[in-house]
Amino acid sequence: MLASYLTLAAILFCVGLYGVLAKRNTVVVLLSIELMLNAANVNLVAFSKYGVVPSLSGHMFALFSIAVGAAEAAVGIAILIMLYRARGTVNVDDYDELRG
Amino acid sequence: MGNVELTGEFVAFFVFAVMIISGSVFMISLTKVVHMVLSLLAAFIGVAGLFILLEAEFLAFVQVLIYAGAVAILMIFGIMMTKHQEEEKATTKRAWQEGLAAVGALALFGLLFFAIRSSELAPAQSFEAGEDNALEIGKLLFTNYVIPFELVSVLLTVAFIGSIVLAKKEAE
Repeated sequence: MLASYLTLAAILFCVGLYGVLAKRNTVVVLLSIELMLNAANVNLVAFSKYGVVPSLSGHMFALFSIAVGAAEAAVGIAILIMLYRARGTVNVDDYDELRG
Repeated sequence: MGNVELTGEFVAFFVFAVMIISGSVFMISLTKVVHMVLSLLAAFIGVAGLFILLEAEFLAFVQVLIYAGAVAILMIFGIMMTKHQEEEKATTKRAWQEGLAAVGALALFGLLFFAIRSSELAPAQSFEAGEDNALEIGKLLFTNYVIPFELVSVLLTVAFIGSIVLAKKEAE
């Protein structure tokens, strides 16, 4: 059963990775990052039930990662709104100020 | 996985897996951003279902509250405050980038799948997450994990103040 959970989390992570790399809309990139965080959480909880040393530590790690993910989403949306005010676009290709 | 017996857990896992994968794939393939958020909501709720299957009831509720509730609403607010009318123009450079991203993601999945298949995973042990999952997590949170807990509360406060300062309209 553990292998099924790990495979599902791998699929979820790869879909999120494709979204981050290929999508050009900043909101969609943020959503894909949340997807990847969720894949990591599924892995943590699966190992905390089916791992070599099953314990509640995986639950705690997933809990902290959810909290950090929520903080990341809030700051990300705030930065997105500020960038949108300054540039008038949500396309990540247009945010190229720091390109050398 | 050659001899899969059709237990209730397997059927529930299959249903939630279909929900998660279809939600995330629709998130990639849909064109309207609001529809993307809605399909991602399905994926988040599927992950909450998986947590219940894994006897992590407290985490399942946290998942529904934080991800399906707060993060999705936050994203919808972000969409409402920005404009998404512009068409995605298909250039050859973009097609190249998308192809490379797809190849990279597939290669990573192949690597992970090979690693999962070839590793000897420990046989399932009997593990009771406690009669009352939330009670056990609460006890751990205030004994072993007190310092991370306090750090996370500091982090949340900083993020909350920081996002207000960032998104505040500047005085002209």
